[in-house]
Amino acid sequence: MTGWALFAAVFLACSVEAVEATTIVLAAGTTRDWRSTFTGVAAALVVLAGVIAAVGPALSAIPIQSLRLVVGGLLLVFGLQWLRKAVLRAGGYKALHDEAQIFRDEVTAARTAPRQRLGSVSDWYAFTLAFKGVLLEGLEVVFIAVTFGANQHNIVLAGVAAAAAVIVVASIGVAVRAPLARVPENTLKFAVGILLTSFGIFWGGEGAGAQWPGSDAALLVLVPMIALLGIGLTGALRLTGGSGSGEESAMSRSAVASGQ
Amino acid sequence: MSRVRAFAIFWYDFIVGDDWKLAAGAVVALVVTVVLSRTSVPSWWVLPAATVLLLSFSVWVVARGSSRSENESG
Repeated sequence: MTGWALFAAVFLACSVEAVEATTIVLAAGTTRDWRSTFTGVAAALVVLAGVIAAVGPALSAIPIQSLRLVVGGLLLVFGLQWLRKAVLRAGGYKALHDEAQIFRDEVTAARTAPRQRLGSVSDWYAFTLAFKGVLLEGLEVVFIAVTFGANQHNIVLAGVAAAAAVIVVASIGVAVRAPLARVPENTLKFAVGILLTSFGIFWGGEGAGAQWPGSDAALLVLVPMIALLGIGLTGALRLTGGSGSGEESAMSRSAVASGQ
Repeated sequence: MSRVRAFAIFWYDFIVGDDWKLAAGAVVALVVTVVLSRTSVPSWWVLPAATVLLLSFSVWVVARGSSRSENESG
């Protein structure tokens, strides 16, 4: 895997998470208090930096074979979950991720919440909303960057790609002061699910001792194969007439809106 | 104790998600790959095959559950 491919994969995956975090931060900032919101963002970034500082060196100390087995396995489990959601969304069995709707829900909730001062934070609601949003989405960014970077022995490049994605998305969000609803997020999530699953299979297999035919070139077959699987399953779901029922019937709109 | 439980639930949801059978199947497939790799039998096909089966089954369960509930309500 070349440096450019690593950069592109991590940048794409982390962009999706950054879009979701930006929506929550914008909702908190525009309806409540920007200072408390940015304090929440900063606090979440400090926690995330602590996680990176703890996990990064620990991963570097693990032998590459064991690392690929564990991290590849985690990536495969994570990717399968992600791809399953994307297929169900595209097939009509789960509500599509709608940043504009999520923004409206968060704004409505933020407008009705009481204002409470806690220490130096003038609006505790704005602080916690921004903190939780950035921390939860940020953990996914850290997970993706650390797993891809550790497997390729290039955590620095993966970190740069993740940071670039966050900076680009956050800058656009702050500039337009609106949720990035025009970003084709559901399509991006589908593509990221394919990438996570494919790399999980590849690295998990290597870690488990499998010898891939063609070595790294096997990825050129795995990625299209998983893409075809996802597209095929989506087509099958559409043929069976998905109508937003399925899992959607068992979950509230707010749960969908929170990105679960 | 409730914080420990909440912490565990958070990580379970984060990694495993809505369908635990996907995660369990992936772990079994990894173990089978490890075992096969110690023999003369090629093991690279296990994870791709398991992925196709697991994801197809997981999606089919949702589709089947949805059509059943529609039939029952209709």
